[in-house]
Amino acid sequence: MNLRVNGDLITVPEEIKTITELIKHFQIQNPVVIVEHNHMILEKEEHAKVKVSDGDTIELVQFVGGG
Amino acid sequence: MLTINGKQFKSRLLLGTGKYPNFDIQKKAVEMAESEILTFTVRRMNIYEPSQPNFLENIDIDRVSLLPNTAGAKTAEEAVRHAKLARASGLCDMIKVEVIGCNKTLLPDPIETLKATEELLKEGFTVLPYTSDDVVLARKLEELGAHAVMPGASPIGSGQGIINPLNLSFIIEQSKVPVIVDAGIGSPTDAAYAMELGADAVLLNTAVSRAKDPVKMAKAMRLAIEAGRLGYEAERIPKKRTATASSPMEGMSI
Repeated sequence: MNLRVNGDLITVPEEIKTITELIKHFQIQNPVVIVEHNHMILEKEEHAKVKVSDGDTIELVQFVGGG
Repeated sequence: MLTINGKQFKSRLLLGTGKYPNFDIQKKAVEMAESEILTFTVRRMNIYEPSQPNFLENIDIDRVSLLPNTAGAKTAEEAVRHAKLARASGLCDMIKVEVIGCNKTLLPDPIETLKATEELLKEGFTVLPYTSDDVVLARKLEELGAHAVMPGASPIGSGQGIINPLNLSFIIEQSKVPVIVDAGIGSPTDAAYAMELGADAVLLNTAVSRAKDPVKMAKAMRLAIEAGRLGYEAERIPKKRTATASSPMEGMSI
């Protein structure tokens, strides 16, 4: 399955069905992951429900230091 | 007490979390500053390095309120998106609106700042717009319903201190919401001066994070802000052109 994640075109295994599974696939340790799926910002509770499909655009965002 | 949209804070120092030498120094500086509001921003994750350290691990988020900014936004639309991304974390509903309109000075775009503030208020955020020291714009932001106004002392990260105290004092006099002097503070003198002018709080980052000793500077800023506030409340003496003796003249022939 081909996705555009944070601007990069990448291929992930077909077994990945949901946003939560995608986050797990990337081995992200950060407990605060904010997700935008096809330009829709998701609430945290939605991560496990929202399905990932071929051609989707996904942004994975975190908090960083700033003023 | 500093009150923002009904929420009370003992500390009048809002601290930024950018550009510290490392997370350990950042943690110690945050503790030393005794700030109850910390700013930060939202950025893309590096999905190729998933285990990189996360700054929130070093911060007791039960003790502090998080104030994300919309830094990087150049339009109201981008600022609103940043704010919504931050709120989707479930950790905060305050937002510092920061829409930059000039790459050289990093001064805010007044029109886009106004638009973003209006939109975010409609969306139910607690909105703290970063603005220039424009007196009319500060009034219009307050009239829209902004929960505080945050005029810059001088350009972001410049450390030039308060370059227009007159405008700042006009903003302070007219505002019924808190005035938080944001950006450009370089030294404890600047922070104390902002508070003596009657500001409700000061937001700074670079002045601490890029000081030679950020932890000591965090303490210095905390004390300066306390001193400046006390000085404001105590009301200073008027300035005079001529001297007035402090010691009495009576009983001089001893």
